[in-house]
Formats: sequence, structure tokens, C-alpha cells
Amino acid sequence: MAAPTWRASQISVGERAELTVVENLTRTRIVQYAGASGDYNPIHTDERFATEAVGYPSVFAHGMLTMGLTGTALTSLVGIGRLTEFGSRFAAQVWPGDTLTGVFEVTELTADGDGQLAQIEITVTNQDGRKVLTGSATARLDD
Amino acid sequence: MTAERFPVEAGHIMMFARAVGDDSPEYHDPDDPATIAAGGIVAPPTFVQAGAQFDPDYFLRPKNGEPWLGSGAEASGVERKSSGGGGNGLHAEQHFTYHRPLRAGMVLHATTRDGETWEKHSERSGTLKFSESITEFRDDDGELIVTARGVGVKTEKVVS
Repeated sequence: MAAPTWRASQISVGERAELTVVENLTRTRIVQYAGASGDYNPIHTDERFATEAVGYPSVFAHGMLTMGLTGTALTSLVGIGRLTEFGSRFAAQVWPGDTLTGVFEVTELTADGDGQLAQIEITVTNQDGRKVLTGSATARLDD
Repeated sequence: MTAERFPVEAGHIMMFARAVGDDSPEYHDPDDPATIAAGGIVAPPTFVQAGAQFDPDYFLRPKNGEPWLGSGAEASGVERKSSGGGGNGLHAEQHFTYHRPLRAGMVLHATTRDGETWEKHSERSGTLKFSESITEFRDDDGELIVTARGVGVKTEKVVS
């Protein structure tokens, strides 16, 4: 990947980044995630099942797909292999066609013997401003 | 998840990284300088979720000779008793703790235990029943690599 955006020597508490997590989510990406993860729940991939058998308006993304896409944005900021913690709450469903924006904010910086640990709060919203994921992460930042 | 043996393969990492929209060379190109700097192909942060592929009994994968939940001739291949997907409700939360880097070539051994359970009431979805499970992923030497804590929720009504 490109060099991480956040380096310990250059950021402070309150540092904030807004990144597109996914643009116009496709059903095919949901299928791609089903195949890669092994979660073939038809609620995510089978429109007829989701609408006729269960009563949803359409299929919707795996929470873990939203978290995975959020993880991609997160590691673009902190670097690959830097996370010590990453957690998510799935606040609302993500539907085909959604465009998601993630806001990542450094809320705490602590030093230990091995360098700087950043505490990061995460909010992902859809195109209507509805929160779909809230989360947090801890990353050991590059100098 | 009870994946007794979860081999972390480079091709699987590549497919998983593609699915989560990440083209970083650390996930697919062993010869890229960034990958060499990382010590070889590594796995994306949520990759252990794909250990489901190696759980022989994972219930959200179609199995030969067994009826499948999804549509075929009918909208569902089984008689459905509850709302939500897979008959097991929805995924409410997921948390990972990373103890050591997860690399292609490692073999993980997952053990899952039940955590807490609790209930909430909501007008939109009725009674919500939450249950937590904790999975430890260890390498061949028994070293803890990743701890995953998932929370599932079962709802009375379809939520959208």
C-alpha cells in the first residue's frame, strides 16, 4: 500500500480523516465477500429469498463486509500490520446502491516502550446520513 | 466457529482483500518492496472471519445432500421458523484483538466459547436477544494470534 497517512510524529489528538468506504455498493461485491468469507447466508446474496421468504426490501451486506471495507480505509490511514484492536457495532443495514463515508478520529495518543498507540473512533454513515457502523481501533503508529 | 485447522493461504488472502476493496500489495504480491518490508504476505484485519471456510459444520454454507435455506424452485428450500438470515438472527458487533501478525503459511486453530447473553426491548423490532461468542485463533505452537468477540442478535420482527 501507499505510505500510511498518519505518522506518530505528525499527528495529535483530534486528527480526523473522512474517507469513502464504498461507493454504490453492488450485489456482486456482496457475492464476492460471501465467496471469500464463506458466509453464504442467502439473506445477503439471494434476492428472492431475502424479499419473498423473509420480507426485506432486498438483499443487504454482511455486517462483516461493511467492517472489512472500513478496515481497508482504516489501514490506509495507520498502515498494514499496525492494529492492536479493531471493533465494530453494526447500527443499521447496508443496502445495494449505498455509498458509505467513514470518519476516523484520533481520540487519545499514548506512548509505551515500543512507540505511540493511537485510539481511533470510527463512524460510518450512508448517503442519507444514517449511521451504519460505529467502532473503535487502536493502532501502533509508524514514527 | 470450530475450525480445528485453518490454513492461512496466500490465494485466500488475495480473494478476501479484493472483496473488501483492498489492492495493497502486502495482500497479494510477495515480491513487492512493501510486502518484503512487511515480512511477507499478511492478512487483512477482518480475515479470520473467513475461518468459517474451514469449519466442517458451518451452517451458512450449502452442503451436499442437505436442504438449503436459499431459493431454488421455491423462495426458500426449508421451512422457516424465525426472522432474519440463516435462522440465526443478525450480527450486532464484532471485535478483534491482534496479538501477533497473521501471515500466509500459518495454520490457525480456532476454539470458540460462549460469552454473555442479554435482552433489550425495542419498538422497532420487539425483544432483542443478544449472545456473545469468543473465538481464539492460535498458531501451530499454541501462540495466540487473534482473539475475536462476536455478538449476535435475534429479533422478533424483520428489521429494515
